[in-house]
Amino acid sequence: MRRPSSSMLMTAGLFSLPLGWALLLLIVPYILMIAVGFWTRQFPLFVPDFQFGNYLQLFSDPQYTTVILRTLKIAAMVTGCALILGYPLAYFLVFTIRSDKLRNLVYMAVIVPLWVSYLLRAYTWKIILGTDGALNSALMSLGLIDAPLDAFLYNQTAMVITLTYIFVPFMVMPIYAVLENIPKGLIEASEDLGIGPLGTFRHVIAPLSLGGVVAGAMMTFCLSFGDFVAPVLVGGPDGTMVANLLQTQFGAALNWPLGSALATLVLIMVLAILAVTGWAERASARNLR
Amino acid sequence: MSSRPIVTLDGVTKSFGSFKALHETSFSIGEGEFVTLLGPSGCGKTTTLRLIGGFELPTTGKIGIAGQDVTHNPPYRRPVNTVFQDYALFPHMTVAENVAYGLTVRGSTVARSDIPRQVGEVLEMVGLSHMGGKRPGALSGGQKQRVAMARALIRKPRVLLLDEPLSALDVKLREVMQVELKRLHRELGITFLMVTHDQTEALALSNRIVVMEAGRIRQIGTPNDLYDRPATPYVADFIGATNLIEARYEGREAGFEVITLPGGAKLRRKASGNGFHPGSEVLIGIRPEHLSPAVGDNLVQGRVVDTLFHGDSIRLEFLPDGATQPAFAQLARGSSLSADALMPGQPIRFAVAPEDVMLFPKVAA
Repeated sequence: MRRPSSSMLMTAGLFSLPLGWALLLLIVPYILMIAVGFWTRQFPLFVPDFQFGNYLQLFSDPQYTTVILRTLKIAAMVTGCALILGYPLAYFLVFTIRSDKLRNLVYMAVIVPLWVSYLLRAYTWKIILGTDGALNSALMSLGLIDAPLDAFLYNQTAMVITLTYIFVPFMVMPIYAVLENIPKGLIEASEDLGIGPLGTFRHVIAPLSLGGVVAGAMMTFCLSFGDFVAPVLVGGPDGTMVANLLQTQFGAALNWPLGSALATLVLIMVLAILAVTGWAERASARNLR
Repeated sequence: MSSRPIVTLDGVTKSFGSFKALHETSFSIGEGEFVTLLGPSGCGKTTTLRLIGGFELPTTGKIGIAGQDVTHNPPYRRPVNTVFQDYALFPHMTVAENVAYGLTVRGSTVARSDIPRQVGEVLEMVGLSHMGGKRPGALSGGQKQRVAMARALIRKPRVLLLDEPLSALDVKLREVMQVELKRLHRELGITFLMVTHDQTEALALSNRIVVMEAGRIRQIGTPNDLYDRPATPYVADFIGATNLIEARYEGREAGFEVITLPGGAKLRRKASGNGFHPGSEVLIGIRPEHLSPAVGDNLVQGRVVDTLFHGDSIRLEFLPDGATQPAFAQLARGSSLSADALMPGQPIRFAVAPEDVMLFPKVAA
């Protein structure tokens, strides 16, 4: 019998911890989650089983479809808002600011909020939008309104605002990276060939930055899709998102099989989005070769 | 310059912060000329080209193209097109799309239906007819170069600006492309303005050369002018090589000017009008190819330092008597000198024709 060589032992030693971590905390839970999704609930117990009742319930009960569609809608709106804010910001950073120092400073200003607790940043918007919040005080001191309005907080708009604020750096970063990598010579060449700034943006800068937009949109969408804090803090009664529903199934409702089925569904949706964006990114990268 | 000017620079300067990239510069280029801006890197030649292309705005002065003041026009409002040093081909477009790009501008006089025909014509002109569907990433350096040419030429510019167009190519290909550039210039009749640091390229291609150094024009002239009558030691050494030797001007004698070499020997030079006083310190310039080992009476003497075999010729390094800097001579292979005579330390002498001795004022180093 051959003795394992020392290099094999080294390799095993080096990778056993991360591999074990991935197996125990990622792969096993996924398998459990998918398996439990087929179980049956017999209150107060869950019985191992293989049936599609949980999934049928998800698709037939309008409560679930409504929440899933709403989550998709809010994630899409957040992605759209982040793109509208993030692209011009990244463009401004790369093409308008001439000083490297100032550019780095503004870029850091965009990124630094990521180092602050997520909860804190979400909570800030509760303070800004609330009845005695900063926005109401400002409007009142300007004389635009007489009494504080409660229209800003506890609705889907507040959720979109909060989530956009929180996730916009994830949109800015990849777009900034691709814009910075566009050779300035290409822009000069376009202008040299008689095409003005707008045409140059349309025909050169936009197509060459598509990869960053896809990456940013994918991150922003997936992060907002799975968010459950903003609905709790600033969302109103019609602000429930998929993640809140999941939380309920594993908590108050005590229906793990249904929760697992829902979680599996969310996982499939996210994987589908990743597959589509991955394909789009590869297509745009192929374009550049 | 015989034809009417197509590009004129009038008192143009360019500063980047406190750095003066271009000191006050004025010159003009005639319609149909092939002019080269020649100089080492950092001499301001690329800045000059970018000012004409509109990628930089001058700090002071005026730039005119085809009789129009374009000093403050952006690149897309100038009747010039550029072949960029790194070609700057659009990676997301095919070769044909790259070439067609400049015709898609709004308000173009070219009908959309006519674009494919014109693209085909230009691609044929640069020898890439079958490459239209490829992407730039799939092309070789020489092919990219041709696409860049085609893309600029399809717009029928009044002036074609070429920024070190051949510097990224290997030697063989560079020679092929030089011939190609010359042919295109002849066939199209467009004015070419090229930037290069390669003097052989400049001498081979241009009608006129603008020699630049440290943000200033040192001399403008035909290749022959610059080679035969360089205005300064710098130009003499940059256009072809020149041995520069410190010497003393003695005066005129029977239609010749007499110069004393540091070793004490006298050298005669064909007289020309100059303002030197007898006894003043001067620099003489002699090109290596004008030093002949044949015996004569106008001699430069020294000792051999080293020899370098160059294939078709031998480059001989020698120290002229009394000089501090070595000089070079170019000997034809199989010259009359024996191998023994070329050993380091051997005394050697070269004859030089009086008309081949150049004379410059001595400049403070």
